[in-house]
Amino acid sequence: MGTHKITTQDVTFKVFRFNADEDYLPYYKEYNMEVTSEEVVLDILNRIKWDHDGSFSYRRSCRHGICGACAIKVNGRSTLACKESMKDMIELFGNEIVLEPLSIKRAVKDMIIDKADFWEKHAQVQPFLVSEIDENPEAEHLVSPEEVENLLDSDLCIQCGACHYACPVVEINEDFMGPAAFAAAYRFEADVRDEAGTSRISEVNQEFQGVWDCVKCFECQEACPKDVNPIEKITKLHNMIFSKGVATNNVATRHAVGFKHSIAKHGLLDEGELVRYSEGNIGVLKHVPVAIKMFTKGKIVLPWNMPKSKNLDEIKKLVKSSSTAKF
Amino acid sequence: MEKLRYALFTGCTAKESTPEQMMSTMAVANKLGIELIELTEASCCGASHLQDYDDFLSLVLNARNIAYAEKHGLTMVTICNTCQLNSAMTKHRLDNNPELKAKVNAKLGEVGLEYKGTSQVIHFLYAIIDDFGLDKIKEMVVKPLSQFNIAPFYGCHNIRPSELQNESHRKAENPYNPTSLDDLIIACGGVNVDYTEKNKCCGFHAELQAPRTAAILTGNAVAGAMDANADWMVTPCPLCHLKLDTQTHHASVAIGREVSLPVLHMQQMLGLALGCTNEELGLKHHVTKVDFV
Repeated sequence: MGTHKITTQDVTFKVFRFNADEDYLPYYKEYNMEVTSEEVVLDILNRIKWDHDGSFSYRRSCRHGICGACAIKVNGRSTLACKESMKDMIELFGNEIVLEPLSIKRAVKDMIIDKADFWEKHAQVQPFLVSEIDENPEAEHLVSPEEVENLLDSDLCIQCGACHYACPVVEINEDFMGPAAFAAAYRFEADVRDEAGTSRISEVNQEFQGVWDCVKCFECQEACPKDVNPIEKITKLHNMIFSKGVATNNVATRHAVGFKHSIAKHGLLDEGELVRYSEGNIGVLKHVPVAIKMFTKGKIVLPWNMPKSKNLDEIKKLVKSSSTAKF
Repeated sequence: MEKLRYALFTGCTAKESTPEQMMSTMAVANKLGIELIELTEASCCGASHLQDYDDFLSLVLNARNIAYAEKHGLTMVTICNTCQLNSAMTKHRLDNNPELKAKVNAKLGEVGLEYKGTSQVIHFLYAIIDDFGLDKIKEMVVKPLSQFNIAPFYGCHNIRPSELQNESHRKAENPYNPTSLDDLIIACGGVNVDYTEKNKCCGFHAELQAPRTAAILTGNAVAGAMDANADWMVTPCPLCHLKLDTQTHHASVAIGREVSLPVLHMQQMLGLALGCTNEELGLKHHVTKVDFV
């Protein structure tokens, strides 16, 4: 045995309390506790219930980072309560720790939320293998290790909701499918046995709901307790939308493609032309009021003054030889 | 201390919609005695959108930019969070995947270039804090910002994903509790303001595709800073700056509340404290008037 030393610290917990059956508004209750360096966040939830208030409610089950039931927010940071060390949380946030449910507006009782929207979005992407199963197969359907690697750990998702409720777009746009649903979509799109054709990828290609509304904040990657890295899968889905030929000619696709046109022409991005190309000649008009304000402040470069990268011929050559996508 | 030298990747906005960012970068570097060698050969980084269409092309172009920094034998300094993300992410992927690196180099070879992986990629904010040092900044401040409550707005791509933070910076900061910009405000003599949105998204990257979402995120950020009694905001990212400075009308409509604050680039804030003139810092190039100078 080593000489591992258990230390203790005094911590004030500000805990979100709400009972939809009794309260109009949520409130925060303070609990002061001595916390040991061995404890995880779930231990604290247990101690609040067992030592302070038996009515305190939260979800828990496996205690091993597998079931995904105990995800909550600690000082605004999505986390799996059974996996997160209190020592790390104190190191990061100090001795005042705020415990809240994953989504305050979906709170039912204390840490328990109504996750219906999460499951609806999840179901929307056909989160299963679409395949005609031969009832009397003559051989196994073998999948090579390389083909499994291509799933990029998207199969490790435990549906805890940590990324979904860390996503700022989910918070604003209730139609947005969210990072967990996208990771699930990629998991089956990348599976060589899947025969969904274009139905799943078309689903995530929808405007307002699909991958194009992602703001690229990387909150999902930070939030995931299983390192699924949902935003990496969102990029993969963007690529598949083009490679599977389901990309429609709209502001979002033109915006992505427009960068290539601009780089091929100037090396640098022609900001004004990107907006015009993405929005179209009519759509661009809604940007005119802001553009005029910017112009008066010297923030708009006119087309004939557009700066170019030095050695532009290199860039033109590389754009030609290295392009892998078509639209 | 030996003179600090870096290869400067300006990005596109510094040459177009945020000229004040280019001006203030050079003014501050001049004051601090930092030599910036501009990578005039560099192309656009693809701004986290080109990769959605053509990931490989994005890698090749970013590797080319870094290759030019390597030619100088210098660390590449970025002045845009998204340039930082795309450059550092390219470096991360190529340095950890010899096969991919070879594929990219096969293309770069066609134009006589090679990506070696010898140059670091860091944002100017971290070059100032980690390499130059806040203690020396404090000594050089001639006009402290002590009369101002200043709201730091970090910008996603400098703090997330944290795997790049851990690689690019000697003193990695946590995306849930970043401190660099707060530290710089304090070093400039200002009062740093704490608010929920300081490490959140401004919405820039979805502005055309999802204008309502983007406007609400912008509105929330400015409202958060206002409610925390900030006199103005400061950011290291020109894309956040564009959103917070030029889009407050849409943001106000989207959140149903009039929001507006002057927003300074990190370089402009530092420049003020170091005694640069308003002209040197390009303070007239703001849509939301910088009304306190």
